[in-house]
Amino acid sequence: MLQGLDCNYPRTWMNCSGERVHKMAVFSIVIQQIVNGLILGSFYSLIALGYSMVYGIIKLLNFAHGDIYMVGAFVGYGALGILGSKLGVGWLGIAVALLISMFLVGLLGMLIHRVAYQPLINKRAPRMSLLITAVGVSFTLFNGVMVLTNGEYKTFNTSLGYEGISIGLINITYTQIIMVVATAILMLALYWFINRTLYGKAMRAIALDQDACRLMGINVTKTIGLTFFVGSALAAAAGVMAGVYYGSIQFYMGFVIGLKAFTAAVIGGIGSIPGAMLGGLVLGLLETAGTQLPFIGSAWKDVFSFGILILLLVFKPTGILGKSEIERM
Amino acid sequence: MGNSVALRDRLRARLGSRKTQGVALAVLIIMIILLPLFANNYIEEVATNTLFYIVLALGLNIVVGYAGLVDLGYAAFFAVGAYTTGIFMKFGVNFWLTIPIAVLFSVIAGIIIGGPTLRLRSDYLAIVTLGFGEITRITARNLKITGGASGLVGIQRPSIFGHILNQITDFYYLFFILVVLAVIVAMRLHNSRLGRAWQYIREDEDAAEAMGIDPVLTKLYAYMIGAAFGGIAGAFFAVKMTAISPETFAFTQSAMILLAVILGGMGKIPGAILGAAFLVLFPEIFRGIGQTRMLFFGILLVIIMVFRPQGLWPERKG
Repeated sequence: MLQGLDCNYPRTWMNCSGERVHKMAVFSIVIQQIVNGLILGSFYSLIALGYSMVYGIIKLLNFAHGDIYMVGAFVGYGALGILGSKLGVGWLGIAVALLISMFLVGLLGMLIHRVAYQPLINKRAPRMSLLITAVGVSFTLFNGVMVLTNGEYKTFNTSLGYEGISIGLINITYTQIIMVVATAILMLALYWFINRTLYGKAMRAIALDQDACRLMGINVTKTIGLTFFVGSALAAAAGVMAGVYYGSIQFYMGFVIGLKAFTAAVIGGIGSIPGAMLGGLVLGLLETAGTQLPFIGSAWKDVFSFGILILLLVFKPTGILGKSEIERM
Repeated sequence: MGNSVALRDRLRARLGSRKTQGVALAVLIIMIILLPLFANNYIEEVATNTLFYIVLALGLNIVVGYAGLVDLGYAAFFAVGAYTTGIFMKFGVNFWLTIPIAVLFSVIAGIIIGGPTLRLRSDYLAIVTLGFGEITRITARNLKITGGASGLVGIQRPSIFGHILNQITDFYYLFFILVVLAVIVAMRLHNSRLGRAWQYIREDEDAAEAMGIDPVLTKLYAYMIGAAFGGIAGAFFAVKMTAISPETFAFTQSAMILLAVILGGMGKIPGAILGAAFLVLFPEIFRGIGQTRMLFFGILLVIIMVFRPQGLWPERKG
């Protein structure tokens, strides 16, 4: 690991003994930070996809999505605990736990849609009521997990080490590489699903015109449920990966990251799937860069992200890849 | 079925009559005034807390209920009021003089938050207000003048005509007066030209604009007035608690106040009062079940929204 990163002077170009770091070292810090930013961005992207898909299809800001990510991390933790003795706590065990968590949390997403959101959609309730319901779901998940875990931190026991590839001073661990590759695989799978399958086509059609879809014989409710399944499963994948990567999870881990992922979805253009992917990576990189700036630092990191969100909403609410749209009352 | 409808109508006619309402209100007020004679400290404390949340709920009701805007960061205004009073009192300013300053600062905060964001779609507004709420809390935690993470301690008690307000009964009556004033202002606003403009915008923004109402400015007024309520409540909160910390103004605080407004029924003054009372009393009554009560709160919120999307006591239309 590079010295300059983990010592008491993370924001200046100095190493731990206070000497100015060599130019090469500065370059490698930059590369390291880009890697960190990409990983953070991968998590943001995976969560942002769920926000964006649900928003695109029913115009609901699914406030509980950050908590879905948190639940995903805990389900993955539980699955790894049960499977660990048989499959080991290496990559195989983690991959299986990830898939189990994605499936179960996907079902949870469908259940939430059925129980909490669909009755309101059927009643054509105002969008504010839907939003408040989402806040209620978020409260339920958040406090439910808090009660179940007694508010304690849970540590992911994995056998992943810090081995990796070193090029000069740059050190990238295999874990980091696998995280980014896994995210890329999930995104490609999603892209294929949305653009190449009949279900994906139905989703895109519903986002355009629900009533026309009903006339064409598409089961709108089921397709919306499927969207919740996919979005929640992706968030769960991010949750398990974050748990593995950072090592510990707790019940409030979903709140701030949920906000950030929403920011990412808006940056990319909400409702747009490539936009959510791009937005997540952009936000991850911006935030990592922001943390390195002397006047921001980690204490003001969240203010920096929310500041970006607010500026963006004011000046370019459609995001990078979004289409402009007029709110229908 | 027919019988129950008739019964409901009769009940409504009886409850709806001015005379019954007047008597009920008078009895309620007398009970509230006499409460400290009978109650112990614990009950008085809970009652004071209830009154305090009623002021906050009435303030947020202007934003959410009257103007139909989502605000998930209302605690920010409350924080601005509390910190303004706390900081100015540290510099030796009299408490009563800090109130207008607190109002001024929270109204400015309202303009800063509302000005650029009120043009946005309603669900974007939810996230932006939430973001601002978090920014306010993080700022309070990181600045020196606000006392950092530990907050401000040792805020002095205010005095009135030489009498220092330091008993819970003093604050009970103080907050009661505040509630009465807040109700009067909220009622007057509701029936004012501005109140009608808010209602119009809430129901149909395009039509309202066509009738010559400036939607952004009108919404901004709702934000400013809501912020002023929060600022005043915050100022009194600071002297009641004598210590404030950034975590008091976390997102849960905003969510709770919003919950009070929604639970009661958006736009209705008795609804907001009922919601706030329920909000404070529910955790107190269910103290036994500990942490689980917040879980039930979440479930309850979903159930209420699914079955009564307009709230328990919605504003009657027509």
